[in-house]
Amino acid sequence: MSATDTRAAPPPAPPEPAAAPPALRHRLAERGVDRLLLLAVPGVLFLAVLFCYPFFYGLGLSFQPAQGGGPFANYRLFFSDPYLRETLWITLGLAVPAALINCLAAVPVAFRTRGVFRGRRLITTLLVMPITLGTVLTAQGLLGYLGPNGWFNKALLGLGLIDEPLALVHNYWGVLASLIITGFPFSYLLTLSYLTGIDPSLEQAAATLGADWRKRLRYVLLPLLAPGLAITFCLSFVLAFAVFPSAQLVGDPRRTTHVISIEAYQAAFQKFDYSLGSAIAMIMAAVMLAVVVLVLAWRSLLYRGATGGKG
Amino acid sequence: MADLVRTPAAQAGTDPAAPSRWRRIRPGTWIAALVFGFFLLQLAGVIGVPLVDSLGTRWFTSWLPQGWTTKWYGSAWREFQLGQVFWTTALVSVLVVALSVVIGVPAAYALARRDFPGKKAVLLLFVLPILVPPLTYGIPLATVLYKFQLAGTLTGVVLANLVPSVPFVVLTMTPFIEQIDPRIEAAARMCGARTGSVLLRVLAPLLVPGILAASVLVLVRTVGMFELTFLTAGPDSQTLVVALYYAVFSAGIRTQQSIDAMAVMYTLSMLVLLVIALRFVNPTQLVTRVKEDRSA
Repeated sequence: MSATDTRAAPPPAPPEPAAAPPALRHRLAERGVDRLLLLAVPGVLFLAVLFCYPFFYGLGLSFQPAQGGGPFANYRLFFSDPYLRETLWITLGLAVPAALINCLAAVPVAFRTRGVFRGRRLITTLLVMPITLGTVLTAQGLLGYLGPNGWFNKALLGLGLIDEPLALVHNYWGVLASLIITGFPFSYLLTLSYLTGIDPSLEQAAATLGADWRKRLRYVLLPLLAPGLAITFCLSFVLAFAVFPSAQLVGDPRRTTHVISIEAYQAAFQKFDYSLGSAIAMIMAAVMLAVVVLVLAWRSLLYRGATGGKG
Repeated sequence: MADLVRTPAAQAGTDPAAPSRWRRIRPGTWIAALVFGFFLLQLAGVIGVPLVDSLGTRWFTSWLPQGWTTKWYGSAWREFQLGQVFWTTALVSVLVVALSVVIGVPAAYALARRDFPGKKAVLLLFVLPILVPPLTYGIPLATVLYKFQLAGTLTGVVLANLVPSVPFVVLTMTPFIEQIDPRIEAAARMCGARTGSVLLRVLAPLLVPGILAASVLVLVRTVGMFELTFLTAGPDSQTLVVALYYAVFSAGIRTQQSIDAMAVMYTLSMLVLLVIALRFVNPTQLVTRVKEDRSA
């Protein structure tokens, strides 16, 4: 994020003690290493202890299966048991569509709300508001609203569009809806942020040269937005991939929405098989990483360069 | 800005009786309005049901409940011991905000001011806990906390919530600090100020707006953080989100309405926090800031 900090001027020298300083210190200071870096030490230590250590501990634990059977027994179990293996596809089947829908829907809304207009604050607040709902209210709302006696089915029945209530909760659709409600504000905020980061003079230049809105969108704005969209997609995918409470509450957690995080949680904290739980968490991390790398690699094929973002 | 760049078609319009206002609206606007309208309508339904339910007496298959009452709020407060839960939530959030600012701001300062070998690795260390969803590192983290008998305590909950919060403060504060001219500090040092007083008397006042913004965002995240608290909380260290989840899961004897009342209380408190956050932070500038940098 701040790796672009290429300030050429040398940093101000640290206050030096009265005694003659050793030469090593000067040489280090020239490369930016001095006492000021001590300020970063608590943060780095904290993360090393509470993020890296647990991660590697979990990684090690995942190779020590509770039942024995060699270091890879947990991973073998996961990929050979169809009920466990299936969780991966179920989760991908939820996360990819949810991330796609959220990104695609965010683009036109972000385009429309990027300028300054009356009521912009109200509209952005309304769009961001679902962040405040929390999974339980969303779940309760979806169960009531989309349920067989809910307002949605009532309205469709009243309009004569359907003959009997649609089954929208306690299955795939309920979880997808929940992922969209909680994920859309997030992708909208990110897209809007990237969009407003594009220098408006580029678009004005294109307009001066006679490009109509279609051409400006196709050849100027979308290419500049593409890197931001790729990152938005990755982040919404990662959010949706870890879906846990809503799959339990509005889904069908034993069958069609038996997502991987439910299995990881149940293995670790209900069956107390921390080893298997850690192994599943590692598989989750690996799959997420793979998708993120794929998307970013594909993006770098399309476009290389800066968005003209932050200087 | 949309007004600055007029479409050539609109300028070249020869017809004095301009085409109707609706035809001139660009398709992008139509699509955006459709998406926006659809989203808001569904959202209203999703929020409306629990809200109406928490205020209604009996509600079966009709459009609205038979009567209205506020008694569910009182019974939810007693049934779920919400006084205790709100107190825990406030305590956890305040501790997390304070500690992450104390740990994060100095680190952000070092990262903003120095370019040192291995800086990329340190940045990666700070980015990863935000990029990776809490559940993946939460399971090993909770396992470790159980090993040290910290899980189930308030300390464990605070420690777990600090893991994404410290990097969040670092990453939001670094660009903020980069905008502050280092010559101001150089001047203070020339006048004889030591590091301590440069930090306290020169930088701290300049950083207050940024720290406030980061704190409010961390507060919103912590109050809403389900996974980490869920994995590490014991019966008396639950925050509101987790208590709410358990209320739904162990439903049975509880009435639907008092759960809905509790969910509405949660949403209201989050809404207040979000509105405060939006006062401090311009959501469009979370990632990029073009104009400010140009004029700076």
